[in-house]
Amino acid sequence: MADVVSLDAHLRTRRDAGRKLLVPYITGGLGHDWAEVVRAYADAGADAVEIGIPFSDPVMDGPTIQQASEVALDQGANLPGILEELRGIDAGVPLVAMTYVNLVFHMGYARFAAEAVAANVSAVILPDLPLEEVGEWEPYAVEAGLATVQLASPLTDDARLARLCARSQGFVYGVNLLGVTGARQDLSESSTVLAGRLKATTDLPVIMGFGIGTVSHARAATAQADGVVVASALMRLRLDGAGPEDLGAAVAELRAGLDEPR
Amino acid sequence: MGDPGATGRFGDFGGRYIPETLIPACAELDRAFRSAWVDPLFRAELDGLLTNYAGRPSLLYEAKRLSAVIGCTLLLKREDLNHTGSHKINNVLGQALLAQRMGKPRVIAETGAGQHGVASATAAALMGLECVVYMGEVDMERQALNVFRMRLLGAEVRPALSGSRTLKDAINEAMRDWVASVETSHYLLGSVMGPHPYPWMVRELHRVIGDEAREQCRALLGRDPDVVTACVGGGSNALGLFSGFAELPAVEMVGVEPDGGAAVGRGVPGIVHGSKSYLLQDEYGQVMEAQSISAGLDYPGIGPEHAHLDASGRARYEKVTDAEVLNAFQVLSRTEGIIPALEPAHALAWVLRAKEELAGKVVLLNLSGRGDKDVAQVAEILDRKSDG
Repeated sequence: MADVVSLDAHLRTRRDAGRKLLVPYITGGLGHDWAEVVRAYADAGADAVEIGIPFSDPVMDGPTIQQASEVALDQGANLPGILEELRGIDAGVPLVAMTYVNLVFHMGYARFAAEAVAANVSAVILPDLPLEEVGEWEPYAVEAGLATVQLASPLTDDARLARLCARSQGFVYGVNLLGVTGARQDLSESSTVLAGRLKATTDLPVIMGFGIGTVSHARAATAQADGVVVASALMRLRLDGAGPEDLGAAVAELRAGLDEPR
Repeated sequence: MGDPGATGRFGDFGGRYIPETLIPACAELDRAFRSAWVDPLFRAELDGLLTNYAGRPSLLYEAKRLSAVIGCTLLLKREDLNHTGSHKINNVLGQALLAQRMGKPRVIAETGAGQHGVASATAAALMGLECVVYMGEVDMERQALNVFRMRLLGAEVRPALSGSRTLKDAINEAMRDWVASVETSHYLLGSVMGPHPYPWMVRELHRVIGDEAREQCRALLGRDPDVVTACVGGGSNALGLFSGFAELPAVEMVGVEPDGGAAVGRGVPGIVHGSKSYLLQDEYGQVMEAQSISAGLDYPGIGPEHAHLDASGRARYEKVTDAEVLNAFQVLSRTEGIIPALEPAHALAWVLRAKEELAGKVVLLNLSGRGDKDVAQVAEILDRKSDG
């Protein structure tokens, strides 16, 4: 078992070296070779990889991730199986698990935290476990050495934003817009505003997500923020038949775009 | 059955398990409801609508012929006689007034059988609010007449096409809409579920059922009932009834679930749609589809306060089969000339089964809706049976 990389230190080091952070997403269990996609992302220049654990009722997700979740579940994906596969790979970059809290609650907080760490997962994102409720999970995460990433919304007020940043570990996830996940035509204006507010509030890496599908979105979002999550655009390719190589190429293109001088 | 406080907890259940984007809206709603609920002007306006528009108080009717069959005294709280034909009107009038009070011109609702959708569309029409109702595609087929009613009332009905395409998926779609439209839209949730303050607020808006029934029973019989009973999907009509009797320890409270959607019956806690409660789920925590003859009870979860009432022992929960429900539907029609909705026919089915236990007792049953919406479906099932 590889050591769990300290996500926070890993991302800060790269950010402080002037690099914009790229966190591509894959739905766990979507296709038999999904774990190879994780490696392909890492080889293509991802700074961390987000693994979505598919849930039956993904209320924060738009049509693409909903479909990816349904297909993965139909193919037999489940939380223990996904963690088992992750145990067997050496991605070389930190892994961040994203799911809805019921899957974690049902497995048991202590057991999930231990098994996630055993599977080289560094952090979790639980979008339906806000500050009000995170206390029931956090002690188990801390005990296991797993970071819990908080999400900030354009509607989060300043006082709450400060509390949320103080509580977040690894990085802070800025939700670009009011709405569900999914690629959009343009990057929403609220993205820039929220990124600026987050940067003024915390020294943690600030990574923006929701609606980022192209190089130009990614570059615009990282004018202030430290990095981006790209999910639906990649899962659209995946659902349309893209394999690890194709997805690696898509991430390489995003990487090159972010690295271009501004 | 009091105020669950700022955290919205009923024992271990309830809470606010929602995306960050919805936190400010739930906090705003909590503030708005707390201030409105103690504001005499708001209460007078709501009471005026309940009386002059919805037709309250609803009757408490002693079903003498059916009582004789069962061997008890059966009282029916006639929520089926309310405007729009069910208890749902109590909640939607209150929430639509709150939407106005918060300055939100648009309401979103989910619906299973269509009762809450019709009630929401009605309240929106009355108050000049834009209304979008999400309904599972399967339910839209089962309840085509209610889809037409909602459209006639000016609401837009959008099909939920994902998952099981029933009530839980309609809730998912409504929440997705709300995440994007929260600044201008109020989510007019139809049951005692969801994030705080909904379970508490919706129960309070239905409290009128239990308060009326208690006083009507005392006026009629000079005593309190031995047992109060109601069907439970999300559980709003049951909590409305129970809230009038929870402080009377001698009154037994019985919630009745469909066999194929018995969240309490299975007793596995889970977290979905904003609160922690009992939830039908598979071995990995994926939410399962409820199976019931009644679209209105086709929900895999249950309101968190019901989970607490079960865990604390203050209420008990029974389950009945679709066959028992069909029988009860016909028995009430024939003996009393009242065609119930399939939902309250669940509570009646339990009463018919438990007649030995209930012998000589006063039983008060919440007849939460009328059966017009269900007759076509029941006719089809009975035809199939007589053919087979």
